[in-house]
Amino acid sequence: MTSSIATLVAAVEPQAAAAPAEGIVSLAWLLVAVPLVSAAVLLLAGRGSDRWGHWLGVLASAASFVLGLVLLISVLGRDAGERVLDLRLFTWLPAEALNVDAGLRVDPLSLTFVMLVTFVGTLIHVYSVAYMEHDTDRRRFFAYLNLFVAAMLLLVLADSFLLLFVGWEGVGLASYLLIGFWNHNTPYAVAAKKAFVANRVGDLGLLIAMMLMFAAFGAVDFETVFAAVPGASEGVLTVIGLMLLLAACGKSAQFPLQSWLGDAMAGPTPVSALIHAATMVTAGVYLIVRSAPVFDGAPTAQLVVVVVGAFTLLLGAIIGSAKDDIKKALAASTMSQIGYMILAAGLGPVGYAFAIFHLVTHGFFKAGLFLGAGSVMHGMGDQVDMRRFGGLGRYMKTTYVTFGLGYLAIIGVPPFSGFWSKDKIIEAAFVGEGWRPWVFGSAALLGAGITAFYMSRLFFMTFLGSKRWNDGHSASPDAAIANAPVQHPHEAPRLMTVPMIVLAVGSAALGGLLSIGGVFTSWLEPVTGRAEPHAPVMPIWVITTLTLLLVLVGLALAWRQYGAAPVPVVAPAGSALSRAARKDMYQDDVNDALLVEPGQYLTRSLVYSDRQVVDGAVSGLAHVMVRIGDRMRRLQTGYVRSYAASMTVGLVVLVVAVLATRI
Amino acid sequence: MNLTNYLVLATILFSIGATTVLLRRNAIIAFMGVELMLNATNLVLVTYARMHGDLSGQVMAFFVMVVAAAEVVVGLAIIVQIFRTRRSASVDDINLLKS
Repeated sequence: MTSSIATLVAAVEPQAAAAPAEGIVSLAWLLVAVPLVSAAVLLLAGRGSDRWGHWLGVLASAASFVLGLVLLISVLGRDAGERVLDLRLFTWLPAEALNVDAGLRVDPLSLTFVMLVTFVGTLIHVYSVAYMEHDTDRRRFFAYLNLFVAAMLLLVLADSFLLLFVGWEGVGLASYLLIGFWNHNTPYAVAAKKAFVANRVGDLGLLIAMMLMFAAFGAVDFETVFAAVPGASEGVLTVIGLMLLLAACGKSAQFPLQSWLGDAMAGPTPVSALIHAATMVTAGVYLIVRSAPVFDGAPTAQLVVVVVGAFTLLLGAIIGSAKDDIKKALAASTMSQIGYMILAAGLGPVGYAFAIFHLVTHGFFKAGLFLGAGSVMHGMGDQVDMRRFGGLGRYMKTTYVTFGLGYLAIIGVPPFSGFWSKDKIIEAAFVGEGWRPWVFGSAALLGAGITAFYMSRLFFMTFLGSKRWNDGHSASPDAAIANAPVQHPHEAPRLMTVPMIVLAVGSAALGGLLSIGGVFTSWLEPVTGRAEPHAPVMPIWVITTLTLLLVLVGLALAWRQYGAAPVPVVAPAGSALSRAARKDMYQDDVNDALLVEPGQYLTRSLVYSDRQVVDGAVSGLAHVMVRIGDRMRRLQTGYVRSYAASMTVGLVVLVVAVLATRI
Repeated sequence: MNLTNYLVLATILFSIGATTVLLRRNAIIAFMGVELMLNATNLVLVTYARMHGDLSGQVMAFFVMVVAAAEVVVGLAIIVQIFRTRRSASVDDINLLKS
């Protein structure tokens, strides 16, 4: 054991140099342009495009996917060392000191994201055609979805932090528009605003990071910045890293900016699946992995990243264990899973590839789970309270099976996807020296157990057990059930089930396929660098056994409480922990107490002082003038003779004064 | 004759004129007071011209007479107009500009 620790020296090969793009790769800009044009058409064409607008949206997303696939094949045809391609588009900001070119970087990392975003995105577009069928604004919905796809692709393809920021803001805007899609409902509009504000805090981090890069390196494009990193001081890199982490926390709902994600579930379910599970929220992980050279040079920032990831993964898992709203439970789970990715990304070269690997598999199974949840809501009249579900497996077989596959994938049962990716992260968390591997490894391990608990709870409460809804004919002894509206659960239409089936197949098989011979990690090597294999502080078989054991324990606990025993329709009071978790660990109260209320107090006192001091001085002066004028007016009697008298008196005074000064 | 007596006379005339303007309500009378004051001033100017042997005082007196003649024309026209419309020549009634 000690000898393996002694050999733990991170030996990372330098990143592959970028080559100019040619041939088919020079069409990469179409990836962004096609959905963007489609979004513009849908938004500008108005009601006229209501009949065919959604198919145009699907088509635009599918076109991006096909183009991405062609790019992927063409890049795969190159040698590993030549897979980083730069496509310079045009000179964007020709300012004297700050000269930014708009360009795209096509490399394994961005292509991985392109494939994930366009593939899952297209499936969700198809799903939404049926899911949003009865919504009068379906065309607008597809316009926003296309806008999102375009912005997300720009984010991952950008070759500079500034262009990345454009995409970063674009996905934030699309997220805002889609969370508040039903904005006639005030809480939904508030949720959208909350997400936007929390994201703005993170955006500030990215802005500051860019300013620091410009100050330190004189550029904001990846090539120059990363080339200049080895010569920079650790302090600068640490601050840049922490600011990038702040940005990642905002976008990826990590502690302390995590509070918006749960409320973001106000958006339509396909949005939750695409934006708030599979793609946008993972942009923070992308940012950290993309900025790998910065973090490699700033161990302190890396440590903070790992701490944030480990903390959030446990926080999300605990919150997920108490939520009764199926979408909010899945949102908490997303937060927790992204915590895993952030943790892996903070581990450095050992973890980058696994972070992205887990991101991809998570994109599949979590999107599948959300679509399954959407299907359940579709069949149950938009009910989201899991305590009002139960026994639905008999009524929606396809949803049951596809959701089940996603469920097995997320809790990490071999041989499903989650096992391959999450297990790798747990192993990587156990690599290192001193106290760190023990603390972070244990957190990751514990998180796996809690994940198994809350996902089993969700699955059992929804699909197994007895009916806790009113089916209309069998009288229920429980008044709360008997008085509820009658439900007729039914399977969703084909347009919804097919994407679910495809995602379920992906959830089941993708992790294993991409793990064969480490094909995915070696694919990413041109970007993440090659990490020497490290031995964890415990033998790998011990870690795997422990993980599976904890998963089993979590599953068994969930079965005992929610599978074998009847689930009460009204949530019991529960322990202090579950009460706190139900309220998201009081995150909103903490934010309110620490930020919102002092902020409101500050604005109120500023308004007060503006009214009293600034306005007071101005209107006070005017008031004094009015009073003086009032007094002076009395001199104007209107009698000519009194004016003459005052003139005479004035003259006499003047003469006397002149004479007096003479003498 | 002592030239100072002219100045004393002028002072007395001026004071009578000023008092008339300040105390009398009738516009015509007040106007006469103004004329008296102007002529008292003319007397002073002429007296000083004589005293200093300098003609510019007398020239100034001519100017005052010309201006006074013009002023009488305009002033009397205004008074007549006011009397026609308001049936009164009292200066105390003419206070329309005071709100």
